[in-house]
Amino acid sequence: MVIAFQQAACGYGGTMLLSQIDLDVAPGSFHFLTGPSGSGKTSFLKLCYMELRPSHGSLRILGEDVRAMSRDRVAATRRRIGVIHQNCQFLDHLPLDANIALPLTIEGDSAPGADLDDLLSWVGLGHRRGALPPELSGGERQRAALARAVIGQPEIILADEPTGNIDWDMARRLLHLLIELNRMGRTVLIATHDLALIRAAKSEVAARVLRIRGGQVQPAAADL
Amino acid sequence: MRLPSLFRTERSPGSVVPPSGFTARLLVLTAAAMAFLAVFSLALALAAGRMAERWSQALSQTATVRIMAHQGEEAAATRAVLAILETTPGIAAARALTLKEQRALLEPWLGPGLAVESLPLPQLVEVTEAASGFDAEGLRLRLAAEVPGAVLDDHTRWRRPLAAAAGRLRAFGLLAVALITVALAALVTLAAQSALAANAQVIEVLRLVGARDVTIARAFTRRFTLRTLAGAGAGTALGMLGVWMVRTRAGEEVVLTGLGFEGAQWALALLIPPMAGVVAFWATRTAALASLRRIT
Ligand SMILES: Nc1ncnc2c1ncn2[C@@H]1O[C@H](COP(=O)(O)OP(=O)(O)OP(=O)(O)O)[C@@H](O)[C@H]1O
Ligand SMILES: [Mg+2]
Repeated sequence: MVIAFQQAACGYGGTMLLSQIDLDVAPGSFHFLTGPSGSGKTSFLKLCYMELRPSHGSLRILGEDVRAMSRDRVAATRRRIGVIHQNCQFLDHLPLDANIALPLTIEGDSAPGADLDDLLSWVGLGHRRGALPPELSGGERQRAALARAVIGQPEIILADEPTGNIDWDMARRLLHLLIELNRMGRTVLIATHDLALIRAAKSEVAARVLRIRGGQVQPAAADL
Repeated sequence: MRLPSLFRTERSPGSVVPPSGFTARLLVLTAAAMAFLAVFSLALALAAGRMAERWSQALSQTATVRIMAHQGEEAAATRAVLAILETTPGIAAARALTLKEQRALLEPWLGPGLAVESLPLPQLVEVTEAASGFDAEGLRLRLAAEVPGAVLDDHTRWRRPLAAAAGRLRAFGLLAVALITVALAALVTLAAQSALAANAQVIEVLRLVGARDVTIARAFTRRFTLRTLAGAGAGTALGMLGVWMVRTRAGEEVVLTGLGFEGAQWALALLIPPMAGVVAFWATRTAALASLRRIT
């Protein structure tokens, strides 16, 4: 299991938000997470990339117990997880290509080569590589965030409302990128309240849909 | 952390933090001012140290007895004085100066070729004080009673407080250097903290892509260390130039113009920029790691 929750719970400053999470995310699986605004979708993803720690129960990510991880270990594990934030942030003073290459260059691991060009054209930003992030449209930012999330060949890709700012055509294109990555063996977890997106995906991959209701994470009904 | 990584430029993590023109210039300027002050404090401490040493050395041998006697009675008076000194506790040795020695003492003042013999010169007796010291007042009374015209010049009495004052001046100089170091550390810490706060978004992005704390901290330490080094380098150069300009030629040195470095002491001043760099590195790193540990 790449992500394994056991009786996990989390919250902010004493108030419980999610509880009794029992969930296994298998390698190579495709998950959707849905639920009303404010139900805790973003918080759930934060658990998955260790920005939030479970207050109860256990959580194992890529085989390691998050409670036992040192700060450096967390950083190293994050380099195996690609995250697309709900409001994607960048280093506003660096051009787009440097921002997208950041997961590769930050720890001096490797320099981006031709992959970067491929990736940029794959997300349709080949012509914008020199632009500064504040000059990008909302949709361009979201695609740039996707490119940054996947450049390090992560095993897990977490996307928080990846289609929030973009039109339906662009949303489908983005979804296809994620499905393609899943076919290459990556585990994908998308938080969204866009049911049309989930339906569109279900026709192409065996996606599991989870729903947050009353602080519990449960499988959604088959008909959504 | 390896120091050479500070100077890596290609794809250096320094560039992940946006430049901050005004604060940067302010830090460079302050580092320069502090290094300048440090050079002067150091020069003061070293000069005071030399002064204290010279006066302490002089202390051990500078009591003299001056004998003014009537013509023909000089030899007898000198013998009497030597006899008294021999029996005075606390005096290690006493020796009458020869005429040649006395002439050598006067030459700097009256010029060579002077017929010293024709002058009514007092006979000088050099008194070497033992470590225990002697009772100057008692000796003075005894001399006055037994050899009229013999006067004790006890230089130690006015040199000792001067030597002590010079020693305190040196301590002040060193204290000033220490305070400047502490102030620099505090200042760099404040500057680093404001930079960390201003770059909260940058830090969040870096953590998201899996940067370790030391990597993020390095982006800041590198920048602050280099700026402090640059500022301190300029300030030290200016300070050394200033000290060099108030220097004196050998032998001219008195209390005020004695400010300066001698020989290897110049190298000591050259240690100021690297020391400032080390202080800045340490202060920034501590501030950065502490503030990073506060976020999950
Ligand atoms: N850092 C925080 N401190 C305190 N409360 C928080 C924090 N982040 C989120 N919350 C609260 O937790 C709840 C769930 O927030 P979360 O962002 O996980 O919801 P969401 O399902 O992602 O909502 P949306 O669909 O609007 O993005 C909300 O009530 C929110 O106010
Ligand atoms: Mg959310």
